Amino acid sequence: MAAQEDSPKDEIIIKVRGLHVGFGARDVLNGLDLDVHRGTVMGFVGGSGQGKSVLARTILGLIRKRSGTIEVFGENLDDLSRSGHRAMERRWGVMFQGGALFSSLTVKQNIQALMREYLSLSQEVMDELAMLKIKLVGLPADAADKFPSELSGGMVKRAALARALALDPELVFLDEPTAGLDPIGAADFDELIGTLQKTLGLTVFMVTHDLDSLHAICDTIAALADGRVIACGSLETMLASNHPWLRAYFHGARARALFGPGSAA
Amino acid sequence: MSKTPATAPEFSVEKDGAAVLLRLRGAWVIAASRALERAAESLGAAAAGGEKVAIDLAGVERLDTAGAWLIDKARAGMRAGAYVNASHEQQILLEAAAYTPLEPVLAPPGGPVLAMLARLGEWTLGLRDTIVGGVSFLGELTLGVIRVLKNPALTRPTPMVFHLESFALRAVPVIATINFLVGCIVAQQGIFQLNRFGASTYAVDLVGVLVLRELGVLLTSIMIAGRSGSAITAELGSMKVREEIDALRVMGMSPMDVLILPRLMALIVALPLLTFVADMSALAGGMITAHIYGGISFPAFLARLQAAIGMNTFLVGLIKAPFMALVIGMIASIEGFKVEGSAESLGRRVTDSVVNSIFMVIFVDGLFAIFFASIRY
Repeated sequence: MAAQEDSPKDEIIIKVRGLHVGFGARDVLNGLDLDVHRGTVMGFVGGSGQGKSVLARTILGLIRKRSGTIEVFGENLDDLSRSGHRAMERRWGVMFQGGALFSSLTVKQNIQALMREYLSLSQEVMDELAMLKIKLVGLPADAADKFPSELSGGMVKRAALARALALDPELVFLDEPTAGLDPIGAADFDELIGTLQKTLGLTVFMVTHDLDSLHAICDTIAALADGRVIACGSLETMLASNHPWLRAYFHGARARALFGPGSAA
Repeated sequence: MSKTPATAPEFSVEKDGAAVLLRLRGAWVIAASRALERAAESLGAAAAGGEKVAIDLAGVERLDTAGAWLIDKARAGMRAGAYVNASHEQQILLEAAAYTPLEPVLAPPGGPVLAMLARLGEWTLGLRDTIVGGVSFLGELTLGVIRVLKNPALTRPTPMVFHLESFALRAVPVIATINFLVGCIVAQQGIFQLNRFGASTYAVDLVGVLVLRELGVLLTSIMIAGRSGSAITAELGSMKVREEIDALRVMGMSPMDVLILPRLMALIVALPLLTFVADMSALAGGMITAHIYGGISFPAFLARLQAAIGMNTFLVGLIKAPFMALVIGMIASIEGFKVEGSAESLGRRVTDSVVNSIFMVIFVDGLFAIFFASIRY
């Protein structure tokens, strides 16, 4: 929704060039390039330990990079002042793998934490907006006053998404949003992200292992291996790729069950 | 749009008899904060009295869920409000964020007096649970000890040695230092006060008895309650939150055997050792201070000390140490298992653990004082 006529549809929201990240002697990301376009859902796949979460955390500024440039909303993160970085952080929302809800606050207070910090809204409006977000992510109204420890795994994910959406961000990072959910819950969640993305015009950066999610809502898929993006494109591109890891991933037993044996051409 | 600063949410009013047309302009987004809220409130006021209100969204540059909600809330308050010129995206957004009044929060029944009585009742029941919990923990602990005694193969020497290192060895510098200083202070004040009676050599008796009987073990216990008791509570608490305790249980391992007994045994061994260190450093501090302020030479100090104290004085302090360790370890473990979910709960439990152990340490010391006095030891 934030996308307007004056911004071309193919505006690049995240632009990463030659990114190197490593821990000690080990290089995790090795000259990685990546583009994420406005209004698309980018799904990120890769084997465990290939650095999917590291990439997301580096873009978010939680991990220091060794070299390379990262541009978000057209601004180089290295050139941003402290306040510029703050302003940037208000334009993106993050949903961590484990939810990372503040355990001593209720769901409603979790959602309002950002509003309280950055905005000056009346308590009434904050309550209403928090309840709206809770409704949007499909949580029952009585979850609002519960603490994170009283929620089930699926509800924690939804509450975390509601918090990520608290300030109506333009860009949302989702780290394994459907991991640990039952297939029905995961499908619901996919649908939810898809609907929210369409209604709110979000750009979504999603790290996932879930073939169903990739199939259901991702416009673009990027595959990460050997510290770089080895393939980027639609699901068809992935299926047509000859890279051994991609073949194993998209033509394995799980994928065959999903896409049908015919797709393994 | 990201580079240009967003324009403030505004609107103009056109009245034509009973029909009102509200033309919205600018960015109706949450970032506008107070301005957005005020604009939405004045929407309702502007439409007051209008039989038919049209809300024109053509001029809206940006809209998000917060803006849509507030506009729709204003519309819901109007006699007959309708949107005109809404784009497809705006339509979707207005539907997704359609206004529904919040259900009023249910106030708890009864007045403040009843609420206070209810809290008092809860607290009383909680007290009962605490006592029952403590007793059942002691029972479980005894059973665990009996199990280990029957079958010595069940002892876990490795974790015990590990905990012994962190509880005892790593605590030596701080215990030695604070007790050395306390020895100095007691000796100095003793000399100053007793000097008035010309009995400054009695400061040696004072230091010896006070340190060996009470201060050494008390200061060590308080230090260990703060240092190791808190660590035990925090460790067990975060293990409980992360379901590690449950994992142990379902794997057929008793948390009592695996987690608590090694820690408790380590504490019971550590505290007498540390008390000995504390006694010696306090006496050393006293000896040096007596030399400086009272001119008592080291050999004179030692001779006087031997005359002043017996083996029993030294043992009284040392005997208390394992009991203090038991009190600290038990309170720390019980509090650790009470941790639930939140970070706040962990903080509260660690605080309770330290405060309760220090309280109980001093209380038990008082009981021992009465006990030793009545048996004239």
